[in-house]
Amino acid sequence: MTGLLGTMTHNPQLNRNGRLQHLLTTEGLPAPVLLNILDTAESFMGVTERDVKKVPLLRGKSVFNLFFEPSTRTRTTFEIAAKRLSADVVNLNIAASSQSKGETLLDTVDNLSAMHADMFVVRHSQSGAPHLIARHVRPEIHVINAGDGRHAHPTQALLDMFTIRRYKRDFHTLRVAIVGDILHSRVARSQIHALTTLGVPEVRVIAPKTLLPAKVERLGVRVFHEMAQGLKDIDVLMMLRLQQERMLNARLPSTEEYFKYYGLTPEKLALAKSGAIVLHPGPMNRGVEIDSAVADGSQSVILPQVTFGIAVRMAVMSILTGT
Amino acid sequence: MEMMELPDAEQLLANLADQLRPDINEATALVGIYTGGVWLAERLHESLNILLPVGSLDVSFYRDDFSQIGLHPQVKPSDIQFGVEGSHIILVDDVLFTGRTIRAAINELFDYGRPASIRLATLVDRGGRELPVAAQYIAATLALPPDKMLALNKSTEGKLSLSLYDRAPRDNDA
Repeated sequence: MTGLLGTMTHNPQLNRNGRLQHLLTTEGLPAPVLLNILDTAESFMGVTERDVKKVPLLRGKSVFNLFFEPSTRTRTTFEIAAKRLSADVVNLNIAASSQSKGETLLDTVDNLSAMHADMFVVRHSQSGAPHLIARHVRPEIHVINAGDGRHAHPTQALLDMFTIRRYKRDFHTLRVAIVGDILHSRVARSQIHALTTLGVPEVRVIAPKTLLPAKVERLGVRVFHEMAQGLKDIDVLMMLRLQQERMLNARLPSTEEYFKYYGLTPEKLALAKSGAIVLHPGPMNRGVEIDSAVADGSQSVILPQVTFGIAVRMAVMSILTGT
Repeated sequence: MEMMELPDAEQLLANLADQLRPDINEATALVGIYTGGVWLAERLHESLNILLPVGSLDVSFYRDDFSQIGLHPQVKPSDIQFGVEGSHIILVDDVLFTGRTIRAAINELFDYGRPASIRLATLVDRGGRELPVAAQYIAATLALPPDKMLALNKSTEGKLSLSLYDRAPRDNDA
């Protein structure tokens, strides 16, 4: 799959007019494209406060949620977003077989395309699966990556950017820290690309050496291994979920040990700027990467993130459909 | 082609206010359509001492040409701070042309509630209707070539003026 990504000659997300055709990754998307999504999402915020929480933009369109990997929250927010745009939504939870993925994946897509799908929202454990689908489908069909392997989760990163802009206004004055399992995190990769594109002057990653990818500095981040130094002068803390299944492979001694050094407690949060905000993509492991006192505290914007996520996904779907 | 003489927008606005004045009461609400209609609604709201807060609509999410031209890149949030249910609304737009924008605006208003009535005020009616839409308050009627667009502009001092330009191939209908 890395071969597939490596051989790309142009950005398959943009059409000939430079408009968004698919949303596969935040990497390589120009700032105006990202800002257009955030601005459009802002105007969808008002829709959710009305009597009728629907607009007719995607009336008559069919959105297929293709989830090859389990996810309740992301699928639900995509479903709500599509329904608020008046689209018809079909949810398909497909257990990926370990063999012949490429073949069965595209066969599935061909069958659904024959049912006149207009948009695929794809979650897959294999990095690059949404790219494969995007290259395969007819030009009038749009693909949104809802998380692929370790590669990307662009709508999560965009809703994080939306959240940051809502609370901190200007990206150009911020110091942002991403804390936790950077190595396995598609969220972290998408966040880093979005933050640097939007002009955040200092992006830090804070993690033990075993949870950092090799040469992570090349993404334009500063690396810290200790919270005490890493959190100094920070405006925005982006916590990552510690995936319990990764614990088995001996990268960490124990969750207790992890919490002791990297878990965000009120004491560690006090090392950041006084008005710093705390984000988390969910679902949270309380007492592992984040203390309940922080998760439920006044600096947490974790629940607003969920609300904003619907407006951001509405924006992405309507921009793609209108391309 | 000789430059066409366009009417003075400030005079038209004063004319529109005079037409509206007898019909204004405490139940009247003004709703402007972005961008020109919002400027006009704000000015009218002030000069007519209207009690209910002025509303603004961006009808981009309700347009019938979305599948052809996509979303306008700068969609503004619609903002209606009064209760639409049972209200008497006067929609305000700068130029009335095909009527499609007004159709979209009426649809959007109904997603906030069921108004008791909706009327339409426009600075310029340029004809060319494609839908059965009519304005109750019109400051001027102008016959314009179909390839020309009429736009309302606002100077940094807040002065309103009209200008004519060639229609871009992908431009929205007024």
